[in-house]
Amino acid sequence: MPEAVRSALAIAGKDLRLEFRTRTALLSAFVFAVLTLLVFNFSRDQSLISTADLAPSALWITVAFGAVVAMNRAFIIEREQGAFDALLLAPVPRGAIYWGKFLANLAFVGLVEALTLPLFVLFFNVPLGRALPGLLATLVLATIGFVAVGTILSAMVVRTRFAELMLPVLILPFMVPPLIGAVQVTARLLGGRPLTEVLGWLRLLVTYDVVFVTLCTLAFTAVVDE
Amino acid sequence: MTPLPSAGRVIRAGRLLTILGLLGMALVYVLALQFTPVEARQGMAQKIFYVHAPAAWGALIAFILVGVASILYLWLHDPRLDLFAEASAEVGLAFSAVMLTTGPIWGKPVWGTWWTWDARLTLTLFLFLLFLGYLTLRAAVREPVERARFSAVLGIMALVLVPFIHLSVYLFRTLHPQPILLKPSRPSLPPEMLRTLLTSMGVYTLLYLGFVTLRYGIGLRRAVALREADDA
Repeated sequence: MPEAVRSALAIAGKDLRLEFRTRTALLSAFVFAVLTLLVFNFSRDQSLISTADLAPSALWITVAFGAVVAMNRAFIIEREQGAFDALLLAPVPRGAIYWGKFLANLAFVGLVEALTLPLFVLFFNVPLGRALPGLLATLVLATIGFVAVGTILSAMVVRTRFAELMLPVLILPFMVPPLIGAVQVTARLLGGRPLTEVLGWLRLLVTYDVVFVTLCTLAFTAVVDE
Repeated sequence: MTPLPSAGRVIRAGRLLTILGLLGMALVYVLALQFTPVEARQGMAQKIFYVHAPAAWGALIAFILVGVASILYLWLHDPRLDLFAEASAEVGLAFSAVMLTTGPIWGKPVWGTWWTWDARLTLTLFLFLLFLGYLTLRAAVREPVERARFSAVLGIMALVLVPFIHLSVYLFRTLHPQPILLKPSRPSLPPEMLRTLLTSMGVYTLLYLGFVTLRYGIGLRRAVALREADDA
């Protein structure tokens, strides 16, 4: 295994181990996601808007907000006791640090989503059926995009004042293209439409992921190097 | 550390360009109201087009130049590029605010609604929010070199993001009048209207240059003062 990949995995492993020993962030991100789902249910007139019409947007707003909350954590844990400076002193390429953080975030956000999805199906009476593979693929693609951008932005905002407030302001515009695509795909798939009808949107999601993962990997050096 | 040029001359040049631009704007108003025919279906409401479209043009130049300056900054590490990007973002914010206020004023009589989630409207709103986010980030980082690096990264990311927003909101839906100037066939405006529009776009470009030069000069003066305070 190349050195850089091993370093990235080591960093991701460290972050996840840290997380699973306390589970505070995971639990609060999950509870936050569940609460968002609940709030959605009461934010409409039930006689006018059916559960099925609300389901795609409820799912994706929940996923997006949950991801923002979860990603805020990634570099905040490094702020304590100058941990990040120590990480930068390690003889590791900057790209590997980015990928370590990226993978840990991906696992973390993915776990929150995996816990939330069954509750979404339950609360919104979603007939998953044949839509499940397409929906999972959309979740994976959109999450990669969110996390690619979120990882680099959270590395920046952690060095600012009001870090917790800054991340949502900066990241939400970046979440819009994948979010629009994901909502469109979800609405069609849950409506029983075939996967071929949403290929254009899926292509947009894939392109977004490739472009931003590459760009953020390259740009990360500029964020951390003094 | 890169020596910074003296701010005085830059500010004087900016002031001159701005005054010329403002005079030009007076000319555009006279031209638009007195010497350009009234559009048959939209009536007087259409006149706002001579402010709206050039302001959008200015915001677009500002946005692209923030991105270009950001790329160049990460390459050359010249603090002047960072100061320029800051100036351009602030001016871009002002221009996009003009674009976003004149749009609904026109939309109400012509479309019958102040706002609609049309593709181009949504895109320009995001342009405004990206400028705002960029400037908010700048305000939140105190150390100048770190601020320059962070905002350069964000500027480049935003430049890459805009085509994606454009594509996704366009696929979502569009209602906005289609391009009349930059399109494959000949521009479909009567010559008098085209003349007024092009004059106005020229004037707004001049105003952009004036504002940016002025703001850049102010940024330069501040940077020099901060350095002197550090040295002292």
